[in-house]
Amino acid sequence: MSDTARAPVCVFAPWDDIQAKPLIQFQNVTKRWGDFTAIDDLSIDIYAQEFFALLGPSGCGKTTMMRMLAGFETPTEGKILIDGQNVAPIPPNKRAVNMMFQSYALFPHLSVADNIAFGLKRDKMPTDQITARIEEMLSLVQLNKFANRKPHQISGGQRQRVALARSLAKAPKLLLLDEPLGALDKKLRQDTQFELMDIQEKTGTTFVIVTHDQEEAMTVASRIAVMDHGKIIQVDTPAKIYEEPRSIYVADFIGDVNLIEGNVSRTTEGHATISWAEGQNELTGIARNDIIPGSVATLAVRPEKLNIYTSRPKDQSNVIKGKVLDIAYLGNMSTYVIETPTGQQIKAQVANTRRIQRRQITWEDKVWLSFTETAGVVLNQ
Amino acid sequence: MKRLGLILVPYLWLLALFLVPFLIVLKISLSDTELAIPPYTPTLDIAEGWEGIKTWWAGLDLENYTWLASDDLYWKAYLSSLKIAVISTLLTLIVGYPIAYGMSRAPDEWRPTLMMLIILPFWTSFLIRVYSWKAILSNEGLLNQLLIYLGIITDPLVILNTNVAVYIGIVYTYLPFMVLPIYSALERLDESLLEAAEDLGCSRFTAFWLVTMPLSKQGIIAGSFLVFIPAMGEFVIPALLGGSKTLMIGKVLWEEFFSNRDWPVASAVAVVLLLLLIIPIVLFQRNEEKQREAQK
Repeated sequence: MSDTARAPVCVFAPWDDIQAKPLIQFQNVTKRWGDFTAIDDLSIDIYAQEFFALLGPSGCGKTTMMRMLAGFETPTEGKILIDGQNVAPIPPNKRAVNMMFQSYALFPHLSVADNIAFGLKRDKMPTDQITARIEEMLSLVQLNKFANRKPHQISGGQRQRVALARSLAKAPKLLLLDEPLGALDKKLRQDTQFELMDIQEKTGTTFVIVTHDQEEAMTVASRIAVMDHGKIIQVDTPAKIYEEPRSIYVADFIGDVNLIEGNVSRTTEGHATISWAEGQNELTGIARNDIIPGSVATLAVRPEKLNIYTSRPKDQSNVIKGKVLDIAYLGNMSTYVIETPTGQQIKAQVANTRRIQRRQITWEDKVWLSFTETAGVVLNQ
Repeated sequence: MKRLGLILVPYLWLLALFLVPFLIVLKISLSDTELAIPPYTPTLDIAEGWEGIKTWWAGLDLENYTWLASDDLYWKAYLSSLKIAVISTLLTLIVGYPIAYGMSRAPDEWRPTLMMLIILPFWTSFLIRVYSWKAILSNEGLLNQLLIYLGIITDPLVILNTNVAVYIGIVYTYLPFMVLPIYSALERLDESLLEAAEDLGCSRFTAFWLVTMPLSKQGIIAGSFLVFIPAMGEFVIPALLGGSKTLMIGKVLWEEFFSNRDWPVASAVAVVLLLLLIIPIVLFQRNEEKQREAQK
């Protein structure tokens, strides 16, 4: 995983291509309700066939962005372009955009087939074509047997798929998914995530998904926009968001992370070194060039990047000394909480590749943690 | 045992307050009139024992029902009641639906107030409210005075003592019975359904027609029955607001009982009315059950 950044550029990366024309453009969009600013001067490009995730805590403005794309809200300032066309004057029913609602919003009085046909009938599509399209959509979501059931006669997972089929039936340029898997239990959610990706690939539709579940965003998305307080904090591929967060907020929001604060003692090309506690080695991580020697910075390093030793490891630059405070056995891995002499707690995660391996390390043991110079990221405050 | 008691109580209640009075009325409808107290014959004399019961049973016949069928007053009155009940149910629906819709769309903090305004008239006597309509609708009434004052009309409109006044009275009186079930159906309506309809290409109006209307159907049906059933047997409103030409079965019933003192015929009218109303009542119950099932 740590090498993803240096891996050859993957085939689908229109955001790196200067020639590529974005499908959706937010240009300095602001949305206010009275004193409350939901979206704050936000600009972003989303490309055709992307699976784009808007990720953030509730109230960060991600749903507002989606509703502006669907046409249920209009920006207070700025412009939203779809295919180069300003969509402000276009009402929701005239947009080539469809939405899958968080509550699914299936029409309870209509059968599964009629729910899927609803949008097609509004387009005055001939009956035989509608029938064919319903068949096609039902096969896509594997619900052919349930065509004549009412929504309350099928399970939650099936309802979710009907909602997806209904929103895809009109073959929209852009499909918006509002927390599409929020109502499903964990196991079903994971299966459905792969199904979603599969369907997105098959149909070639651009998907914009809103979610607060970082795992979901990591799994499905080609790019993730991490949002907070109406602003986009970082837009990147899932691997880059995880491996190279640009801010402490992003590092902390996605996954588990150890944050070690210290003073920058020196910087070299692409790296920075911080001294952080008396009696401890200095720690080095990759850094962008906005890190200046002498400033206060934070090293962010993921628990699974740390190795744990019972004796001081040789030839390792980043070494932290401490004692075992806690061990959490999670089955596939164990999390060790190490306390340094200065009282800071650091988590290390070790895969349990052998049975009852690592039993030699136990509570109160003196241990050393180490990680490579490319494992952690040094970030500004 | 406890469950049996729980089931028994409502059945005893129905038995004492519905079935027994109904059987008494049914019995009177099978009797003959007589100038006596009570004004019908035969009366059951248990002191005479088995013979008494036999003569009593022999005295009962269906004569009053054949009378109802032969005199055209009665079926005309039934038909006229049916017509008035159907039309006033439709009018109540037309007036009530927008009110219910507006209430369901109002901001949350307004809803209790609006609900209160719908229920408030019930706190005044029904009779007083109907009488006050007399004051509003009469030739020298408030409505005519206002219209003349505004110069819209020069001669007063004759509304009181016509069927129009009856419709106004029924719509006014039974409006809450229409508004409340429709409101409760509309209030449950998920806003995102309308957004989904719009998202899929509906205009606001078609979204209303294809989503809001079908989903409030149960409320409309419930409200219509709640208005239709009592309107069918309505007596006070046609008696006070209607004219001599307003023919309603409730009025006929009253006249038979109190003017003609013909209890047997009046009872027969009541029994037939009840039988006619059982059909819509059963339909209403079935609708309620369907609704309960759909909510599960």
